[in-house]
Amino acid sequence: MDHLDKLEAQSIYILREAYKHFGKLGMLWSIGKDSTVMLWLAKKAFFGHCPFPFIHIDTTYKIPEMIKFRDKIAEEFNLDLIVHTNEAALKEGMGPQEGRLVCCKALKTEGLAQVIKEHKFEGLILGIRRDEEGSRSKERVFSERNVDSKWDYTNQPPELWDQFKTDFKKGNHIRVHPILHWNEIDIWNYIKRENIPVVDLYFAKDGKRYRSLGCAPCTNPIKSNASNIDEIIEELKNTKQSERAGRAQDQEDAHAMQKLRKEGYM
Amino acid sequence: MEKTRETLKIVVVGHVDHGKSTLIGRLLYDTNSLPEGTVERVKRISKEKGKTFEYAYLLDAFEEEQRQGITIDITQLQFHTEKRDYVIIDAPGHKEFLKNMISGAASAEAALLLVDANEGVKEQSRRHGYILSLLGIQKVYVIVNKMDLVDYSMTRFNQIRNEMNEFLNNLGVYPLKYIPTSAFLGENIARSSKKMPWYDEEPILKAIDLFEKDKEISDKPLRFPIQDVYKFDDRRIIVGRIESGQLKIGDEILISPSNKTTRVKGIEYWSEKDKTDKVSAGMSVGITVEDEFFNNRGELISHKKDTPLTGMFFRANLFWLGKKDLVKNKKYKLKLTTQEVECEILSINKVIDASTLETFEDASAVKINDVAEVTIKTKEMISFDEYKNNQNTGRFVIVDRFDVSGGGIIVAADNKELSNVIQLEDYLKNFTKCFNMDISWKGKYGLRVIADVAANGTEKPVTKNDISQRQNIPDVHLEEILFRFVNAGLIKYIDGPQKGYILGKDSENIIIADIMQVFDENLSIINENSIESNIRGKVEDCLLVNVWKKINESINTMLDSITLKDLVQEYNNSNDRQLIC
Ligand SMILES: Nc1nc2c(ncn2[C@@H]2O[C@H](COP(=O)(O)OP(=O)(O)OP(=O)(O)O)[C@@H](O)[C@H]2O)c(=O)[nH]1
Ligand SMILES: [Mg+2]
Repeated sequence: MDHLDKLEAQSIYILREAYKHFGKLGMLWSIGKDSTVMLWLAKKAFFGHCPFPFIHIDTTYKIPEMIKFRDKIAEEFNLDLIVHTNEAALKEGMGPQEGRLVCCKALKTEGLAQVIKEHKFEGLILGIRRDEEGSRSKERVFSERNVDSKWDYTNQPPELWDQFKTDFKKGNHIRVHPILHWNEIDIWNYIKRENIPVVDLYFAKDGKRYRSLGCAPCTNPIKSNASNIDEIIEELKNTKQSERAGRAQDQEDAHAMQKLRKEGYM
Repeated sequence: MEKTRETLKIVVVGHVDHGKSTLIGRLLYDTNSLPEGTVERVKRISKEKGKTFEYAYLLDAFEEEQRQGITIDITQLQFHTEKRDYVIIDAPGHKEFLKNMISGAASAEAALLLVDANEGVKEQSRRHGYILSLLGIQKVYVIVNKMDLVDYSMTRFNQIRNEMNEFLNNLGVYPLKYIPTSAFLGENIARSSKKMPWYDEEPILKAIDLFEKDKEISDKPLRFPIQDVYKFDDRRIIVGRIESGQLKIGDEILISPSNKTTRVKGIEYWSEKDKTDKVSAGMSVGITVEDEFFNNRGELISHKKDTPLTGMFFRANLFWLGKKDLVKNKKYKLKLTTQEVECEILSINKVIDASTLETFEDASAVKINDVAEVTIKTKEMISFDEYKNNQNTGRFVIVDRFDVSGGGIIVAADNKELSNVIQLEDYLKNFTKCFNMDISWKGKYGLRVIADVAANGTEKPVTKNDISQRQNIPDVHLEEILFRFVNAGLIKYIDGPQKGYILGKDSENIIIADIMQVFDENLSIINENSIESNIRGKVEDCLLVNVWKKINESINTMLDSITLKDLVQEYNNSNDRQLIC
């Protein structure tokens, strides 16, 4: 087995554990490269079937190409797709002008919490990776959230030998992280090997490309001439920039991500 | 190329504040492995909060960690040298976070055990050393850090080296190297230190490349725990991860503990390029089999020539992390591979304070952070291996209510308890004493075999394999016993898709005397008085005491009145006892 085979096998194992243990299970699909890889892994784990719904938290601020790509893939892969928007917050005028972290919390964190409540999800699969940022580097594969989606990160349970947290209080839910152990280059190598479709925004146009995708007002493209996967991989091997450097909310505060994620952010 | 590079997982452990996070931070800094601006950002934040810069902040990402200057939870990060890729796991040293330390150490192949040169060997230095030995991590370097605080003294280094060596060797851990460092000042981290000319070996960066990676485990016997069974379309796919060994289409396989055999029909895939006719250790796969049994998550697939152990009792070494003590007579959940089963602690054989190695032989509970030797009883049969033979199928965790609260490794199946064979033997010994019977081994085995068939063969025939596993009877003997029973008409062989043995007549029509006759046993009663004294006490809770009472009531007609049905009824009435006793 080579490196990617091993990563893939572990992710499939995790997905199958989640499917076995949670009656109400959903996968968060942000349309970005990571969650699209996860969708692919689910196809493999379940032999072409996707036995749970996919959830997109639509802030209505997404880059338009992302929504187009979402609808195309959802149809091609025949996904059971739940699109949810925190309408109430939008009605009250929520947007990045209210403050980036406030906006993230309302449109993403709270939007997500609404879906979880509405569908009574016990398990939620997310495509976060340890190498993205500090608070994610400390995550468990099965990570518990309480009724209010809060993360008790200073008191995480032991997790060893792939025996994951599957016993928890009713009303709480488990965030499942099947690609926690992958890094950014792994993702691109795998996309290349498996020929996985990704949104064009990742490929450079006019000297710019998106390295990480989010809401339009808070996501900046990076300077790049990498217009295909090989060039992206080459670029990443040589860059010293962090992946989420273009994500404005991360830069708001010394511990911005930790604070957001403590409240239930992805 | 990227793809063929190997990855090694290293955990950094040791007492609180001895410099683990600093060492990793410094290693990343010196090898230029950090994203642009990271150090500047951390420096800025430290200044804003009125603190001096710490390399440890590069890892201790939580605000709480930085505020208290202490690692709370593990960080796993990737790092590479020219030789290979690394996953480095920074473990917390504070006693309160041992559960996190173990979460990190459990997946590591190698370890750096840090000791502060100034403070010397402390409680967690030793406890972490013990945990490494329990987890079977043999590739260990001891790092004597903060050498700057002891003037880079070789004498001090040797002192700590000797002390640590003695402790670890006692546990069967033989560190491959001792390296003196100053993590904060970068001495012997990425570059050899000029301050310590007396040390002529590699600095950390070079030394980690010298750890030899474990061999792949595909040449071990096949172990394939069933994770789930899917029926999304017309295929019934058994999925799971191959924990060791290899599996090919056409292989004959045994499914334990239910003891069914069948053949691999196909290896399933979604994407055409994943098509294969052979799979091996580490892969997450799906197979179809020739005979469509009802398969369950938790069952263990192996080849017939090298099967796992099956039983309800085993001895284990475990560490306890639960806030509530681990006690006897309490129900816990045991998770071993994909098996989940209720269990209880039958006996606590020894409790060890992992930092002092003090042992307690008659402890009634295992407290948080202690390690212990225990005997565990599971409610149902499970399949496993001894840890020394197969790590993946020889370790388990214990769940107390909602939380994984401990973990352990299996030292041995408990033969004394296994299948209650011994208890039965005991009983028979008493039985023979009472009646002055000289029952041969064939008679004893015979009784067990027919009782097994009677108890388990009502729904479907039992196979020879079933019997031999449950009753632990050697194949040659079993063959002869079955032959005799079939000849005598007490047992019948059924052919067809569900082949095996069932009773030849109703169990109420088979009397014990018939069974004994098959083996030419001669039964005569000589000493009634010794019956009570022999059976009482020793086998007080033996189910057959009830049967025996009946014997006592009608002693003269005993041999003709006790039927196999009575025996089996006793077995069925009892809730979780195995056969007969
Ligand atoms: N003088 C000196 N100080 C050091 C050295 N290495 C680490 N320190 C200091 O020791 C303190 C503790 O270092 P950490 O790296 O946080 O210790 P740790 O082992 O990670 O601690 P926990 O994770 O909380 O168990 C910090 O203030 C470091 O600057 C060293 O080589 N020399
Ligand atoms: Mg630390």
